[in-house]
Amino acid sequence: MRKPRLGVWKFSSCDGCQLSLLDCEDELLAVAGAIDIAYFPEATRKDDDGGRYDIAFVEGSVTTPHEAELIRDVRQRADTLITLGACATSGGIQALKNGADVTDFIAAVYAHPDFIDTLDTATPISDHVKVDFELRGCPISKPHLIELVAATLAGRAPQTPAHSVCYECKLAGHVCVMVAEGKPCLGPVTHAGCGALCPGYARGCYGCFGPKETPNTAALAARLAGNGADKRQIHRLFSTFNTNAPEFREEAKAHE
Amino acid sequence: MSGAAAKAGPVVIDAGGFDALIAALAAEGREVLGPVKRDGAIVYDAISGQGDLPKGWVDEQSGGHYRLSREGEAYFGATLGPQGWKRVLHPPQQRLWRTEGTGENTGIIAEPLDTAKRAFIGVRACDLAAIAVQDKVLTEGLYKDPHYAARRENLFIVAVNCTRSAATCFCTSMGTGPKADKGYDIALTELEGGRFLAEAGSAAGEARLAALPSAPATDAQAREAEAGIAQAAAQQRRIDTDGLPELLKERPDHPRWSEVAQRCLNCANCTLVCPTCFCTTTDEVTALDGPETERVNRWGSCFTMDFSHVHGGAVRKGAKSRYRQWMTHKLGTWVDQFGEMGCVGCGRCISWCPVGIDITEEAAALRGSGG
Repeated sequence: MRKPRLGVWKFSSCDGCQLSLLDCEDELLAVAGAIDIAYFPEATRKDDDGGRYDIAFVEGSVTTPHEAELIRDVRQRADTLITLGACATSGGIQALKNGADVTDFIAAVYAHPDFIDTLDTATPISDHVKVDFELRGCPISKPHLIELVAATLAGRAPQTPAHSVCYECKLAGHVCVMVAEGKPCLGPVTHAGCGALCPGYARGCYGCFGPKETPNTAALAARLAGNGADKRQIHRLFSTFNTNAPEFREEAKAHE
Repeated sequence: MSGAAAKAGPVVIDAGGFDALIAALAAEGREVLGPVKRDGAIVYDAISGQGDLPKGWVDEQSGGHYRLSREGEAYFGATLGPQGWKRVLHPPQQRLWRTEGTGENTGIIAEPLDTAKRAFIGVRACDLAAIAVQDKVLTEGLYKDPHYAARRENLFIVAVNCTRSAATCFCTSMGTGPKADKGYDIALTELEGGRFLAEAGSAAGEARLAALPSAPATDAQAREAEAGIAQAAAQQRRIDTDGLPELLKERPDHPRWSEVAQRCLNCANCTLVCPTCFCTTTDEVTALDGPETERVNRWGSCFTMDFSHVHGGAVRKGAKSRYRQWMTHKLGTWVDQFGEMGCVGCGRCISWCPVGIDITEEAAALRGSGG
C-alpha cells in the first residue's frame, strides 16, 4: 500500500507545534515508517513539489496577505487538512493585535516599517478554508499528536476529549489550586489535552488549549472576582494564547 | 475482610499501639494507606506509622473552599480530603485487555487482577458507606467488575469515627455517620492525649486488636468517645431527604434547574470527587506502527457532552440537563436502581466545586416553588 503523503506548513507561529513532531523521538521512526514526509522544512531540505498531499499539517495563523493566498493553495492540494496548535486554531497570541491600531505597533517595533506587509488581524485557518480537524494547545501535546497520527492512519476519529482540564486534573490526583489555594485557574473552562500540566506544578491553568465544550466563562469569572481578582486581571487571564477564541474573547471584553 | 461480629469490649491503645497495628498490617504484606498532608490538602498515601499522619492540622471547608490550618494535637482532626478511597478501589484508569500478535495469531490478553493486599487507615463513616454503595453497584449487580472485586477482597479497613465535622459534612442527614457501624475490621475513636478507643468489627480485626498492647476502655473513656462523636454530629449541615426522590422526579421543570445552570461550570469536578460515582467510559489505544491495541477503562462523567452522545449528538446539551441528571440520579433514581440513595453526605461535591454549588442548598430550593 502506498504510504500517505504528508506536508507540514508553517504560517505565523513560533514553530513550537512543528517541533512537537520532531520531539516525538522514539515514535518518530514509526511515523516515518508509516508516512511519506514529503514536505517539512523544519526537518528536511525537500521543497514543496507543488503536488497533492494526503495530509497537510498546518501550524500558525494568517497574518499576511501572502499567507491568506497560500492557505487556499494548500487546501486545494490536500485531502485532509489538520491544524496544529492555538495559533492555527484561534489566531494565537498575535491575535492580541486584533481590534488595535496595527500601524502604531509597526511604527513602534520596526526601524524600517516600509518592509512590513501585514494584515490588521491574526485569524485562525478555519476563517479562511475548511479544516478537517483542529489539534489544540500552545504547544500541542505529544500524546495528542501521536493519537492524531495513529487515528488518521487507521481512518478513525482521534480521541481528544473536549471536556475540562479539571477532568484530567482529578484523574491525575492533583489538589485543586483554586479551591485549596485560591489561585486563579482557567481549568474549568479549558479544553483538556495537557494532562493538567500547570496545576500539577501548583499553578493555575492559563487556558492554552482554548475553550472546552460548553464553557461557562461568566460563572468562572464571577468566582474569580469573588476570590479577589479585579477586572484587569480577569481580562488578562482570558487574553493570552487563545485571546481570539470567541468564548474567551467575549469574556475578556466583559471585563474591559 | 469479613467475619463474625466482635464480642470483646472496646480497648484503648496509645500512639505506640497504633504504630504496632500499622507494623503488623505491613508485616502481613499489606500496602498500608492513610491520610497524609500534601499540597495543602489531605490525600491518601502510604504510611508507616503515626508520624506520617497530619497531626495538629484541621480543615476548613465551605462551597468551593478548602484550607488546612494548625489547631490542637489530634491525629485525625482534619476530616476529608478531595478524593476518597475510590482512587484505589475503582481507579481513574484501568486497562481491561490488550492484543498481541497479528492476523490469525491475534490474541486478546486480559489485564491480570490486582491481588495486592492493602489496609486503609482512617476511613470515615461516610466513606465506608460509599464503599458499600460501590460494592453493591460493582460486585452485586448484573455487571460485575472483577478488578474492583479483587482489590476489595484483600482489604483490611481501620475506620476512624469523626469527633469533628467540616461545615460541608451532612452524613447524619444521610444516616451514614459520623460513627461507623459496619463494614470495618477495626474502628478507632480518637481521645485526648493521643490515645484511641478501639473496637473490632470482624474476626480479623479482633485477632489483630488482641495482639496489640492495650487496656480495657474505662466508662469515662467510652463516654469521652461518645461525646466526641456527638459533637461531630452537632457541627453538621442538614438535608431533608423526606420524599426527596419523588420530589426530584416530579420537578424536572422547576425554575431552580435553570438558575443553577447559570452557575454550573459543567467541569465534572463533583462527579470525580464523589466517592460513589461509578460511571466509566472506555478509550481504545492503538499503536502507531503495528496492529497492537488496548482498551482502557476511564472514569466517566455525566457532565460531559460525550456521556450522552448518541447518533446525531449529545442528548444533554446544557448544564441544566446535566446537573439535573446528576442530582436526580444521586438523590432520586439511584433508589429505584439500587434500593438506596447514591449520596453519603461527605460534602466533597460542595467543597471541590470551583464555584461552590451546594447540593443541600439546591435540594432545599427544589422543595420551594421559586427559582
